[in-house]
Amino acid sequence: MRHFLVLLCVAGPALQAQTPAAPTTASKATAAPGTGAVALPNADPFPSTYRAAPARAVLITNATILTAAGPQIDRGFVVLRDGKIVSVGSGAPPAAGDAEVIDANGRYVTPGLIDTHSHLGVYAAPGGEALSDGNEATAPTTARVWAEHSVWPQDPQFPRVLAGGVTTIQVLPGSANLIGGRSVVLKVVPSVSVQGMKFPGAKYGLKMACGENPKRVYASRGPSTRMGNVAGYRAAWIGAEAYRRRWDKWLADRQGDPPQRDLELETMAEVLRSNILVHNHCYRADEMLQMVDIAKEFGYRIRSFHHGVEAYKLADVMARDSISGSLWSDWGGFKMEALDGIRANLALVHNAGARAIVHSDDPSGAQRLNQDAAKARAAGAVIGINVPDATLIQWVTLNAAWALDLHDRIGSLEAGKNADVVLWNTNPFSVYARADRVWIDGSLRYDRTDPKQLWRTDFELGFVPAPSTVSGGRR
Amino acid sequence: MRAMQIAAAAVLTVALSASLNAQASVAITGATIYPVSGPKISNATIVFTNGVITAVGSNVAIPADARRIDGTGKWITPGLIATATSLGVVEVGAVGDTRDGRARGKDNIAASFRVWEGFNPRSVSLPVARQDGGITTVGVMPSGGMVSGLGAAYDLMEGASAASMVRKAPVAMVATLDNAAAAGAGSRAEALARLRTLLSDAREFNLARLRYDAGNMRELSAGRADLDAMQLVLKRTIPLVISADRASEILNAITIGREFGVRVVINGGAEAWSVASELALAKVPVLTGAMNNIPESFGALGQRQENLALLRAAGVEVAIVGNGAGGEDGFNVRNLRYEAGNAVAFGMSWDDALRSITLAPAEILGLSDRVGSLAIGKVANVVVWSGDPFEYASQAEHVFVAGTDTKILTRQAQLTQRYRQLPVKY
Repeated sequence: MRHFLVLLCVAGPALQAQTPAAPTTASKATAAPGTGAVALPNADPFPSTYRAAPARAVLITNATILTAAGPQIDRGFVVLRDGKIVSVGSGAPPAAGDAEVIDANGRYVTPGLIDTHSHLGVYAAPGGEALSDGNEATAPTTARVWAEHSVWPQDPQFPRVLAGGVTTIQVLPGSANLIGGRSVVLKVVPSVSVQGMKFPGAKYGLKMACGENPKRVYASRGPSTRMGNVAGYRAAWIGAEAYRRRWDKWLADRQGDPPQRDLELETMAEVLRSNILVHNHCYRADEMLQMVDIAKEFGYRIRSFHHGVEAYKLADVMARDSISGSLWSDWGGFKMEALDGIRANLALVHNAGARAIVHSDDPSGAQRLNQDAAKARAAGAVIGINVPDATLIQWVTLNAAWALDLHDRIGSLEAGKNADVVLWNTNPFSVYARADRVWIDGSLRYDRTDPKQLWRTDFELGFVPAPSTVSGGRR
Repeated sequence: MRAMQIAAAAVLTVALSASLNAQASVAITGATIYPVSGPKISNATIVFTNGVITAVGSNVAIPADARRIDGTGKWITPGLIATATSLGVVEVGAVGDTRDGRARGKDNIAASFRVWEGFNPRSVSLPVARQDGGITTVGVMPSGGMVSGLGAAYDLMEGASAASMVRKAPVAMVATLDNAAAAGAGSRAEALARLRTLLSDAREFNLARLRYDAGNMRELSAGRADLDAMQLVLKRTIPLVISADRASEILNAITIGREFGVRVVINGGAEAWSVASELALAKVPVLTGAMNNIPESFGALGQRQENLALLRAAGVEVAIVGNGAGGEDGFNVRNLRYEAGNAVAFGMSWDDALRSITLAPAEILGLSDRVGSLAIGKVANVVVWSGDPFEYASQAEHVFVAGTDTKILTRQAQLTQRYRQLPVKY
């Protein structure tokens, strides 16, 4: 417990909370049965049980490599061993030793793709009320809920997204609420439990939402207007700040009983301590600029604006304040706040110096993040913004890793990073591209040429016909 | 006879006014041309005059006054055809005032609903489909209920009236078997029974119009206008486009077609691949996409991206209708060409994929005498691409609609220009 105390005491007043404190989630959360509850907050009560599957080392040779951390490498090699990337380079590959050797024969190798905006598991297929677990639409602020408690690991969408080369996803609550709850970062792997999918050590996110959705859902009880939305965020943060002070004081002097825990405020206080990252669903530029001010008022940072169909109108501010944009290539038009969607959005955000990220918010789009990136790049080329493959790959890997604060572990092919790797049949930014193999932590999780080894969720057994082996018809 | 006259009158085919803004003659030279109705031609020229194609080939005469476009390195295809869209009848999905795609009908039947009478030629999505997507003809289909109504086909001319844009109306009657609740039924079988009753009543009505009008007939399952509109289906003037996903729904649709001798087209068809031979035998075409493999309902458990390839291999006529994400029937109809590319990635031949977004939909909608291929006498709906039209890196450099090189800056392009440099100057 001493260790835990020290961690929490590091956090200063909210307005100085920009310096990230050490995550409080590292501490033990469970007490021995019969000894009573652990009263301290944020102690990782649902710890990850994920373990990388043991795997033989892999040497990929003759590959075209987009590392996401440097220029394109032609005829290069990648070595994966013990779950990590050992080396990446060009020229003569190192001795294979006991490694499986894969001659890529010019095929492309990239980092595993990362989707910062997923609802897999919380809006599982085959859909319907029974599997609709993404919005706790019972109150405008529900920071108390955690998306992981809705995730169904047998959602048949997981293996399909893996086959699209996606190795890490952030599952978020929906956007019905001003403050929707905690997200969870998952590895796209089969597991009985969500704990078995959780990315060890990943920070939580907090889902916030602007605009039409909350005011529509709560029209009868409020908020029913955008000004009502803003009042709702501010009131919630005022409560969170008071809670944070109360707890930090108690943790410092340990006088009397600890304050009563409050799941809602606990999550928000962790945002104020920079231990939870804010992911803000917001479409319109004017609203995003208001959210920037609210973040300043309460001393937190916005890690990523999600959807942001008007991000191109404030790309300069996003660059200045290090706010990434988790964006679609071309969705828009479906509601008033999405009216100004343009295909050049990602390119303009990138061009302004902010981090451009292709996100999906969709189980179908998540399978083609690479294609969406290619589409968005083409729109940039039309207006003179040219993005080479070696940079474009960051939109679906390293920039997304940054949004999750995991860029030191995933998102690029560099020695020491997790061996999340995709081997593509051709340039991943071609419409004809398909992932041939996908590794997570060095373990082969998908092999297109081996349908017998394909991950099939429990739900699929008997219900969903086994996949075809029909090959591509590319001429 | 009277019914025949009514049916014939309802089929309104507007011949495009040849002089409408079309440049006199255009010749695009040195390109690779994909006529679709025949094999590709390298280093070829296409000529069109007053909106009609006058020559396609590698050795053709070019009129002296023709505007010449160097097509070296370019790919030329017919204008693409999006078979089933809500373009022009839904602008902003969440705004009721802009939704004109569905009728209230009576007992979930709206057979006489002419969706084109609510068509807005000023919709900002139309130029996007054309300039970004190379789409020159769209089917505009109603939705909702059991029988949604009549759809029409439009050419995406620039700044034209709805009347001059109509390629053909009606082109289809739209119905559903994949949503019993929407059909006002409690089960799939009841939905089928309701459709069967309607067709049967419509036939009976037509045989006894005098008796019906004299009020000397039992109560029928639909009103007069709807029963009358159904004659277009019974006379095989237009197809009955039936939404059906589960294999059993598709087989039911085939059965209905056989029972009444009507032309059935399957829309959606998630599990169509599993009954491909039955579809081929019944000559029932399928409208489906290549970007959905999610068992998203118990009616679509077998959904897979190889659907188009497997259907084509079995000899089924297919037209590609986007089934991926992001509003592929409206705002993002422009993505049709990428859907074709994905069909290729999942087993379809490239030529078949191109056919499935040009000539195949033209045939299904009854437009192939004028659009869907590049041949002498066809309307000059022609797209010049910078490269493979299915690839993301390729752009539609010229989109000719009835011979006119369309130029309008889309609303999206205007926004892009405005915000190209920040801070914005209004």
